[in-house]
Amino acid sequence: MFKKVNQQDIDYLSSFISKDRIFAGDEVSNDFAHDELGGVEAKPDVLINVLNTEEVSKIMKYATDKKIPVVARGSGTDLVGAAVALKGGIMICTKLMNHILELDEENLTVTVEPGVLLMQLQNYVEEKGFFYPPDPGEKTATIGGNISTNAGGMRAVKYGVTRDYVRGLTVVLPDGRVEKLGGKVAKNSSGYDLKDLVIGSEGTLCIITEAILKLIPKPEYSVSMLLPFETMEKAIEIVPKLICSKASLTAIEYMSLDTIMSAEDFLGKKFPDTNYEAYILLTFDGNSMKQIEEEYTKVADLCIKNGAIDGYFVDTDERKKSVWNARGAFLEAIKASTDLMDECDVVVPKSRIADYIKFTHEVAKKVELRIPSFGHAGDGNLHIYLCKDGMDEKTWDKKTRQAFFLLYEKAREFGGMVSGEHGIGYAKKEYLLKQVGDRQIDLMRQIKKVFDPEGILNPDKVI
Amino acid sequence: MNIVVCIKQVPGSTNVNIDPETGTLIRDGSMAKMNPYDLYALELALQLKDEYGGTVKVISMGPNSALEVIKEAIYMGADGGVLISDRKFGGADVLATSYTLASGIRTIGDYDLIITGKQTTDGDTAQVGSELAEHLGIPHVAYVRNVDSAQERVKYVSNLDNKVVNGYISMPCLICVDSEINTPRLPSFKRKSVYGDCKDMISIITFDDVEDKDETHYGLKGSPTQVEKIFEPDGKAEKKMISEGDLAQETYKILKNEKFV
Repeated sequence: MFKKVNQQDIDYLSSFISKDRIFAGDEVSNDFAHDELGGVEAKPDVLINVLNTEEVSKIMKYATDKKIPVVARGSGTDLVGAAVALKGGIMICTKLMNHILELDEENLTVTVEPGVLLMQLQNYVEEKGFFYPPDPGEKTATIGGNISTNAGGMRAVKYGVTRDYVRGLTVVLPDGRVEKLGGKVAKNSSGYDLKDLVIGSEGTLCIITEAILKLIPKPEYSVSMLLPFETMEKAIEIVPKLICSKASLTAIEYMSLDTIMSAEDFLGKKFPDTNYEAYILLTFDGNSMKQIEEEYTKVADLCIKNGAIDGYFVDTDERKKSVWNARGAFLEAIKASTDLMDECDVVVPKSRIADYIKFTHEVAKKVELRIPSFGHAGDGNLHIYLCKDGMDEKTWDKKTRQAFFLLYEKAREFGGMVSGEHGIGYAKKEYLLKQVGDRQIDLMRQIKKVFDPEGILNPDKVI
Repeated sequence: MNIVVCIKQVPGSTNVNIDPETGTLIRDGSMAKMNPYDLYALELALQLKDEYGGTVKVISMGPNSALEVIKEAIYMGADGGVLISDRKFGGADVLATSYTLASGIRTIGDYDLIITGKQTTDGDTAQVGSELAEHLGIPHVAYVRNVDSAQERVKYVSNLDNKVVNGYISMPCLICVDSEINTPRLPSFKRKSVYGDCKDMISIITFDDVEDKDETHYGLKGSPTQVEKIFEPDGKAEKKMISEGDLAQETYKILKNEKFV
C-alpha cells in the first residue's frame, strides 16, 4: 500500500522547494488529472514544479522512504494515461526545467533539460544550422516525454526515432541516487545499455533530468509533394511501391479527405486541395536542389503511373505551413469532431501497411463505428481513432472493445506491435500482455524491480 | 475574360535583412520565390477563368531570374507570362515600377481584369496596384477579400480595416486582393513535366518594346523616392471615420490640418 501525502510530507518538501512551486489538494488544477486524450483520470496529492536534478533527487529519496508514489510529467500531451497519477502521491512536473544547457558543435550534441519543448529545441538548433530529426506531430511535447515514449514522428522514414538521437541521460533513481547513462560518445559497447532501457520506459524506471541529444547538419533544402488519389485503395497501394523504388524519402504520410476536412473545420483554414478522396504527402530533403529534383521526378512519375492524379509542390514556407499545419492538427481536429474518442497507434511491417489500412475500414464497417485514421505510412505506424459520435456509454464500451480486439489481433497477425510511438501507459496494458506474453512481461517486471524495488515510480503503468 | 495577374519574385526566406547603411534589401539570391500575396491574386484569376472561361496571363518586372516565378505561375495554371526586363528599368521605386508595368501591360493588348496581391513581402508599400490602375486610367479597388461574380462588372467585398465595403466595379478594372480571399492551389508536377521551361509561353519585353521612350520615366531615373530611413510601422495608428458631408472636402481638411498637404 502506498502512503497518502499529508501535511507533514508537504512541510518537509517545502523545506527545500519554495512554496510557490508546490500545489496540494484543491490547489492542483484539474488539467493535471488527465492527459491530452482523457479517459484515464486521477489527481496527484501534490504537484511540484521542479527546477533541477538535486530537487528531484531529494523528492525521490523521501518518496522511497515514505512509500509515496511519484509520477513525472512534462506537457501532459500523452494519449495513453502514462502521465496520470493513478495512485495519487507526488507529481513531478518538469515544465520549469526547460533550459537548453549546451550546444557542442565539436561533438554535434545538444544538452537539454527534460522540460524543453520539441518546438523550442527544433527552432534553437535549426537557427544555428543544425537539425534534430525526430519530428512527432505534437510540437508542444517535452523532450523528456519524447524520450519516455521513444516518440517517432514524420521523419522516421529516413532518420529514425528519438532513441536514435539520445546519446546520454542523467537520471534520478527512485532512491534518489543520480546516475549518468551514456554520454557524448558516438559509439558505446560498454556493458548493458541502460540508457536504451530507460528510453521508452514511460517514467517507470527512473526520472530523466538531463539529456544529451545527437544532432546532424541541417539539410539545406526540403521539398514536400502532395499526391492526390481518386480512392483510398489507390493511395495506400502506392506505399510499398515507393519503398521498393529505393527513393530517399524523408516522410511518407497518408491522409484521407474526411480527416483533411476535419482539420479545415478545426483550423478554420482551407487545405490547398480537397478534390480527391485520399492523399499521400512525401518529403525530400538534402543539400543539392538538383538531386532533390531528380528524386521527386522519379517518384512522382512512379506515382502518376500508378494512379496519382498529379504531384503538387509544397516548396515554400507558406505552402509548407498550409499543408503541414493541417497534418499537425489532425489529432486535435478529429478530437474536436466528436464527443469522445479512443486511439490506437499500432505499427506493422511497412510491407503490410496498405493491407492494414484497408482492414481498419473493414472494422469500421463491421463494428459500425467511425474510425478515421492517418499516419506515417512510410514506417508502418498508423494513428487510428475510434469516435463515439454521441452513442450511449454501454454501446461505446462494447464497440471500442470489439474494434480494439480486431485491430490489435490483426496487427499481431501481421507481425506488428501494440504501439509505434505513443507508448503503453495505462490504457494499452492488456494489449501489450497479449502481444508479448507472460514471459516477456515477467522479464520487464523483474527489470522494474531492480530499478524500483518499492514500485513507487509511475505505478500501474506499462506492465 | 482576359485576366492579367501581376507577380513579383521576392527573397525566399521570411527573414529579410535590410542594409542599415543604404536602407535597401540584402538579397542573397540563393533562394527566391513568388511574392506570397501574388499567389492569392493568381488563384482568384484561375478560379474566375474556371467559371467564366478566357485566359490568365502573368506579368512580372525583374531580372532574368524572375522567369522562375512566371514558370511557377504556369505550373499553377496560368496560360502564359510576360517578363519586363531591362537594365533601364532597374532601381525603380513605386512610381517607376507601376509606370513600367502599365507600359508592359499596354503592349500585351486587351484585358478585362488586372489582379494584384495587396503588397509584396520585400517592399511592403502596398501601392503598386493602385498606381498601376491610375497609369492605365482604369478603376480599381484594394483589400478585396471576396469576389462573388465578374461579368462586365466585378461584385466584390473589400476589407477596409474598420469597415467592410460591398460594391461593384466596372471592367476593365484592377483589384488588389487580400490574403483572406482564398487558399492558393499548389504548382503541378504534371504541368511542369508538360511545359518544362515554358519557352513558347513567355515573352520578354525590354525598353525597345515600350511605346514611351523617355528614359526619365523608368528605373532609377524615373524614381523620385529617396529612402531616408526604414523602420517598423506603428501598429497603433489613429483612425478617423468620415461618413457625412462632402467626403473629399472633409478628407482634404483633415490632411491639411495634419500638414500632409
